[in-house]
Amino acid sequence: MPHMVIANTLKDGRVVFLAENGDWVSAIAEGALAQSDNAAEQLLADGKQAEANDVIIDPQLIEVNDTEHGRHPAAYREYIRAYGPSVRQDDPVKD
Amino acid sequence: MALIRNSAVVTDELTDARDLEALPEGAVLVSLEQWREHRDALIARDGAIGVALASDQHPVSIADDLEHFNVIALEFPTFRDGRAYSFARLLRDRYGYQGELRAIGDVLLEQLHYMQRVGFDAFEVVGDDAIAAWQTAADDFTHWYQPTNDGRSTIRDLRKSK
Amino acid sequence: MYRYDEFDHAFMAERVAQFSRQVERRISGEMTEDQFKPLRLMNGLYLQLHAYMLRVNVPYGCLSSKQLRGLADIARKYDRDYGHFTTRQNIQYNWIKLEDMPQLLSDLAEIEMHGIQSSGNCIRNVTSDQFAGTSADELEDPRVYCEIIRQWSTLHPEFSYLPRKFKIAVTGAPKDRAAVALHDIGLRMHKNEAGDTGFEVIVGGGQGRTPVIGKTICEWLEPEYVLSYLEAILRVYNLWGRRDNMYKARIKILVNATGIDEFRRQVEEEFEAIKASPLALDPTEVERINEYFAAPAYETLEDTDLSDQAAANPAFAAWLTSNTAKHKVSGYTIVNLSLKSPNQPPGDLGAGQMDAVADLADEYSFGELRVSHRQNLVFTDVKQQDLFALWEKLSQLDLATANINRATDMIACPGLDYCALANARSIPISERITKRFSDIDRLHGLGEMSINISGCMNACGHHHVGNIGILGVEKKGQEFYQFTLGGSSAEDASLGDRTGPGFSTDEVVDAVDRILNTYVEQRDDEEETFLETYRRVGMVPFKEALYGAN
Repeated sequence: MPHMVIANTLKDGRVVFLAENGDWVSAIAEGALAQSDNAAEQLLADGKQAEANDVIIDPQLIEVNDTEHGRHPAAYREYIRAYGPSVRQDDPVKD
Repeated sequence: MALIRNSAVVTDELTDARDLEALPEGAVLVSLEQWREHRDALIARDGAIGVALASDQHPVSIADDLEHFNVIALEFPTFRDGRAYSFARLLRDRYGYQGELRAIGDVLLEQLHYMQRVGFDAFEVVGDDAIAAWQTAADDFTHWYQPTNDGRSTIRDLRKSK
Repeated sequence: MYRYDEFDHAFMAERVAQFSRQVERRISGEMTEDQFKPLRLMNGLYLQLHAYMLRVNVPYGCLSSKQLRGLADIARKYDRDYGHFTTRQNIQYNWIKLEDMPQLLSDLAEIEMHGIQSSGNCIRNVTSDQFAGTSADELEDPRVYCEIIRQWSTLHPEFSYLPRKFKIAVTGAPKDRAAVALHDIGLRMHKNEAGDTGFEVIVGGGQGRTPVIGKTICEWLEPEYVLSYLEAILRVYNLWGRRDNMYKARIKILVNATGIDEFRRQVEEEFEAIKASPLALDPTEVERINEYFAAPAYETLEDTDLSDQAAANPAFAAWLTSNTAKHKVSGYTIVNLSLKSPNQPPGDLGAGQMDAVADLADEYSFGELRVSHRQNLVFTDVKQQDLFALWEKLSQLDLATANINRATDMIACPGLDYCALANARSIPISERITKRFSDIDRLHGLGEMSINISGCMNACGHHHVGNIGILGVEKKGQEFYQFTLGGSSAEDASLGDRTGPGFSTDEVVDAVDRILNTYVEQRDDEEETFLETYRRVGMVPFKEALYGAN
């Protein structure tokens, strides 16, 4: 299964994904998808460098299914992080 | 590494003998084990004595020997290990120790005021940048709730004196 | 309620400046996350699944209307227009940004609030009976001692790096609404024959992975020495609590390992040495603080006969039965505001609702309110003649669901929807249960009971002490829910018994239904509560209903 790197931004704690160009993006669809183990390792290494530079906190490799309905993290916990809580979905987002 | 006492960087007159085979001449800092092994010899000779306690070495073990120490150093193996705060209280309040009480190990600026209030008056600090911050931070805080026998006024004292 | 004087304000200003500097040093990279984490925790800031979460202390559950409006402003300015009340009487905001914290703390300080020590390995918010000072069954108002303990424990230099978190609760009533036996230290007030007040000190209670009912370490402690005794317990814990394994670091583990008698001996030895120190309470200071808790200007009123209004309005009658409690002053009643409607997660309150509740507090309850550890709010001093008008207004705000101490008055932790520690979601389960039992007649027919839900073993939802406890677990990527029965957090504290295998999300509400139907079948009469029935008949009939006769 492909992997992505997920983290929280230091300044605002929001969930972000590492993108191909090294940016951290909030939309899971825009993050980099590592297809091989080597690619995943490299992606995580890049994530850890960003952590050392105090951009993000706690980068993690997660398994992600790239389906026709979108990118679905295999673990439900990570799904919730990617798409938000399953409750209170009408709250105003002011980010 | 620098030793800070009274907001100033000072030279440590003690030689750290904890990892040494033989005790050097002059002022030394020894471990509790070394103190137990060489107690009489250390007392007999000239030179200031400091003893360092690890965070699992309760100071009751040296409570009867306090008169011999110029320095007691209490180690913080990690800044999260808070046993030395109680060791310090006991040394100052219960056992009556009046010499230098030094914080060593993972000693961070952010715990300075807790350490001062429980009786530490010297701090072994790493990092050049940190030292400047330490020197200025000593008077950041003037209001405390709890009495800790440190001679500082608590908020209750301030209320009473109004 | 307590108001800051110039010294409390000066203290707060220094702390806000300190944490602001710490935030700067973290964002600039001068401090590592490892160094910063305990510091931000000690100011109540967690990093959760989606964002930083800030926990603001509500000292022993007491809030003023001004503070509630301030909390509403903070929800709007820094969060998503709502807050969540917790099982320690605090309020949490789920969508906070680290870079906003200095200004946020400054805003909080202006309403005399903060998140100091709402997390971290230090002494946490002191909690108490949400009816303190007003209930008919109370011996004496515990709030003065709560405030004294709060000040003593705030940034205590010796006890800020404990082996683990430390929670203290105080009650002044024989009916324990504060779960004191489930705290690291619980203080239970008693009166002796001479009419003097003393504290029973209970130590080593707690939930989490290894739930324990606390043990009495001291049968009678004179209030003058409450801080000396607490300091003695904390010192023994700080010195000897385990630091090698965070799951074995609470004081309950130390008390069990040492044995209560030896533990008592160690504490009493320390206590004797420090008893008469400056920690002994100064009567002048106690008096000064006590004045803040003086009774409000109650009018002299007779009890109001509400039976006509109740007869004419069954919804009002139901609400009177479940949501009000007896006040010690005639003509007055305690009113519970239910934060357990079907339309919102349990314990949540929108910013608009907060403003409205603040206005109602001003109009009906001397401008003050309380937070209950069951995640509801309380107006403690409402005139009985105002009850109908207040009920109408609360109904319009969706805060009058007639379910206090009933099956749908559930405690639920934030769970996997928000919390980084969780294994399963709890809020959707509570919502399903609330929908299933929304019929008020059926709800009231089931009588008083508690259903508590936790999304992981840390038990922030207090599932061990629910009459029905539900623990969410994860099994092969699916959420499952295990039941315990027979728990209680009151003066008859007990831990629930496991029923057996868990139930899936689709099955769990039917399972609750079967448990409650079994109760109805088994009870002696309608007066016998769920807990009483369970304690009388035991697990067998419930197990049969859940899993079949095998």
